[in-house]
Amino acid sequence: MNYHRIRNFVGNYVFILPAFLLFFTFSLYPFFKVFQLSVTNWDGISPSIAFVGLANFKDLLTENPTFWVSMKNAFYVTFLALTVQNFLALFLALLCDRDIKGGNVYRVIFYLPPVLSGIVVGLIWNWIYDGNYGLLNHFLAFIGLGDLSRAWLSDPKTALLAVSMIHMWRGFGWGFVILLAGLQSIPRELYEAARVDGANSWIVFKSITVPLMIPVFILVSILTILGTMQIFDIIIATTGGGPGYHTEVPITRIVATMIGSSQFGYACAMGVIFGLILLALSMVQIRVSKMMRQI
Amino acid sequence: MRYPLKFFIIFLLVLSLAGCGGLDKKELDTITVWHWMSDRDEAFQELAKRFENETHIQVKFELYAPSESYTQKIKAAAQTNTLPDIYGILGEKKDFASFIKSGYVADLSEDLNVTAEGGTWKNKFFEKALSVNEFLPDNEYAVKPGIYGVPLDVTAIKIVYNKKLYQKAGLDPNKPPVTWEEFLSHCKVLKENGIQRFVSGFGEIWMIDALASNYAMNLMGEERVFETYEGKVPYTDPDWVRVLSLFKEMADQQILVEGAVTMVNKTAEQTFANERAAFAFNGSWCVNVYKGMNPNLEYAAILPPRITSKHPMKVWGGAGGSFVVNNKSFRRGSAIQFLKWLTQEEQQAYFAGQTENLPANKKSVAQISPILSQFAADMDNTTHPNIYPVHEDHEVIEAFDKGIQSILIDEKTPEAVAAEVQKVKEKVLKRAHKP
Amino acid sequence: MNAAALSARPEINYEKVKRITTSFFIHAFLIVISIACLFPLWWAFASSLKTQQTVFSDLSLFPKNPHWENYYYAWTKADFGLYFLNSLIYTVTVVIGVVFVSSMAAYAFSRFQFPGKNILFLVIISTMMIPIPGSFIALYVLLNKLHLVNTQIGYILPQINGQLALGIFLLKTFFDDLPKELEDSARIDGCGRLRVYWHIALPMARPAIAVLAIFSILAVWNEYLLAMLVLSSKNFMPLQRGLMVFQGAHVTQYPLLMAGIIITVLPVLVVYLALQKHIIKGITAGAVKG
Repeated sequence: MNYHRIRNFVGNYVFILPAFLLFFTFSLYPFFKVFQLSVTNWDGISPSIAFVGLANFKDLLTENPTFWVSMKNAFYVTFLALTVQNFLALFLALLCDRDIKGGNVYRVIFYLPPVLSGIVVGLIWNWIYDGNYGLLNHFLAFIGLGDLSRAWLSDPKTALLAVSMIHMWRGFGWGFVILLAGLQSIPRELYEAARVDGANSWIVFKSITVPLMIPVFILVSILTILGTMQIFDIIIATTGGGPGYHTEVPITRIVATMIGSSQFGYACAMGVIFGLILLALSMVQIRVSKMMRQI
Repeated sequence: MRYPLKFFIIFLLVLSLAGCGGLDKKELDTITVWHWMSDRDEAFQELAKRFENETHIQVKFELYAPSESYTQKIKAAAQTNTLPDIYGILGEKKDFASFIKSGYVADLSEDLNVTAEGGTWKNKFFEKALSVNEFLPDNEYAVKPGIYGVPLDVTAIKIVYNKKLYQKAGLDPNKPPVTWEEFLSHCKVLKENGIQRFVSGFGEIWMIDALASNYAMNLMGEERVFETYEGKVPYTDPDWVRVLSLFKEMADQQILVEGAVTMVNKTAEQTFANERAAFAFNGSWCVNVYKGMNPNLEYAAILPPRITSKHPMKVWGGAGGSFVVNNKSFRRGSAIQFLKWLTQEEQQAYFAGQTENLPANKKSVAQISPILSQFAADMDNTTHPNIYPVHEDHEVIEAFDKGIQSILIDEKTPEAVAAEVQKVKEKVLKRAHKP
Repeated sequence: MNAAALSARPEINYEKVKRITTSFFIHAFLIVISIACLFPLWWAFASSLKTQQTVFSDLSLFPKNPHWENYYYAWTKADFGLYFLNSLIYTVTVVIGVVFVSSMAAYAFSRFQFPGKNILFLVIISTMMIPIPGSFIALYVLLNKLHLVNTQIGYILPQINGQLALGIFLLKTFFDDLPKELEDSARIDGCGRLRVYWHIALPMARPAIAVLAIFSILAVWNEYLLAMLVLSSKNFMPLQRGLMVFQGAHVTQYPLLMAGIIITVLPVLVVYLALQKHIIKGITAGAVKG
């Protein structure tokens, strides 16, 4: 009896051992290193590292308005992504879930944007948004809305929105793939049974699809928040954070501090604060999901 | 089914171990060079081959681009003492100083002053190009004075203008604007003829910085600018507000091409190469870029149109790329020998010819194309933050440049920006003086 | 005229019209979105066939003189053969590693009870949420200490780790919602936990695994920064490094770069096509029924 208990006990941990080994080595160690460096004023090169306590954090919280502007910008884009992007992804997933002609083709096509690298995305959208020769302005003139033409990426009123559009264009493919996978694992019999009972599409959606998809929704939301808050390569490829600070986001600020001004320790502090905010957001999401599961 | 995975990992382990076979003498003597200049990799490889033919010493060039990744790589390598024999240091003088103080950069002053036929190694270079790598006595970084690197080429950033577009607007293509007023009036004429005026990669804020400092030094003189960096003159001083107002004038008269404020330099280069703008603010490397995009482009390079004749108009420039020698490398001797060879006239002429860049070796200048010589014309007036006696803090520079972006999009006034920049400056000064 | 026949006809037409219109709008919508997705790739493809001088001035959807030789130049100039093979090796090993390691751990988190389970899970997930751009340098220092710099293992292991949090989260969520009857009956029959995991749980997790695989493949295939830091030897470099050759500090050779990008994108698409067949309908239904 004892042998079995021990074997059981060990067995539990064997399953998670490889994951934990990797995690401990390659995640936890760098992780702690960053925490350790965030309380120094290290410049990233010299072997001497001076401890400065919480000075970096104090400065960030009180005397660094640009960091919080960038945070605000990130929230803006994330909000748009959570709503517009994910609704689009869900809608498309629902459409493709049926047996429609060419469903497979659509699935591949919608996954194209995420596959493209930042360079291509940047080049193309720079061209689309160009103030003089851009596709968007041509199109607007074509349909008679020529007065709306502008330099979308340089105009402070539209720059962040323009960048958000690029992000959503690229991002909906991820949500689409996950949502479709979720939809496809709902047993078809449930739908058939409901139809036989006379339910229409809306009721089917409300009482079968939604409850079963809640975990997937939560997953997509969390991934969207995490992915969008960390937006970076699109900004670098298009506006560089400008004009002014209108399209700066936390990661561009952190990278600029780290590489541009060699305040490595300070940048680590920025990273820590940013990470804590993200963690809080995810915790909220998980809490919400627990509540919704009980409904 | 578990086994395939284990096998795979063991297989790879064996592979990687097999990779570190015994090193033969030739490999031990191989000089490794790290760089980020993708455009010049081919030229470097060819030069390495030539060096090997002459001296039987192998040189290996390794390319890591883009420059941000390169910077991360050398910083990471500095942490683990895995820097190569020769490499370049991108970034501010402060970083250069850190590398030196950590023992990764050899002091080349002695080798530079060795007399040989044709003069010392040092004299072969343009003075300004060498100054970027020099630390003067009493420098603010507490680095032992000396010259720690050698330049490979030289750049200068000037204004280029399209001769054909000038003709189209009825302006004399051989009489470009010399003063700011002339510049504004030429722009008016161009506007009337439906030609876009000025483009530059202002999305990259250092370009804004370059143009702004040129005008600042022209307006108030170098000395005063340095005094501002030291904190003795506030940014709210009328001289600085005047500099900022120049950008307001540009905005009011719609001189900038639409979208220039967030354009990267490469896009600005396309715009000028495709003849969609009459003026561009760009560096000497653009000669190669324009040639590739539009060989029929007719253009010339001029100084930025001056505000006043009281002080000289400065040109942002100096060394393009430089190489340093790793002080901890046990191939120091041959590395220095290689660098000496690399910067000789013949090699420099080849290098400049292949990459259409200005050579760092004075004597090789004779063999460059006419448009490039226009860039080289004011070499004595070049200046660059890395050779200033004082440096301005990164935060202040960013506030200043981003402030100019705001002026260009009509969001803030020059006075407001000046006040903001001064606020940041005061915060930085306070931080620096804390015990 | 039969009154019943008269009233019967309009009803049928109404239903049919509704179905056709809905179908039309659905397809129209899907097509518009598809064009928005396809357009950039097409433009990249068209650009790859133009020349450096015309790539920005020629706005045609397909150039009159397509320069197919750009693909040959891109392949040879950037040593694509070598990098392709490397990327293939890395992608396969990382994905296999990620799928096995994370599915095992996710299964344990979902099905087993042991002390510290919840804390461990939270810790692993939370690090996924804290992105630390600076961690690359710390990672490099660590790899150096382990003598893994410039080795393929040193490049592969951190990447497996990189996908772990997502994989564990994805799979645990999936396993949590999987009915336990099959597994319980297998255990009653005397199967060890490993066999239950291997023969029952894993096959049923195909949709989640397919999703994880797709994400991981893309992450590894497009990986760049870690390769730049960890690998120095050209023989170990992945595809993205090949692309870098065309992006000079000053001159970007756009047509060649686009050709290179198309070359790198095609395999991912092919794999995705193959994988997404695994996200098929009702496999759980099949298992429950049986």
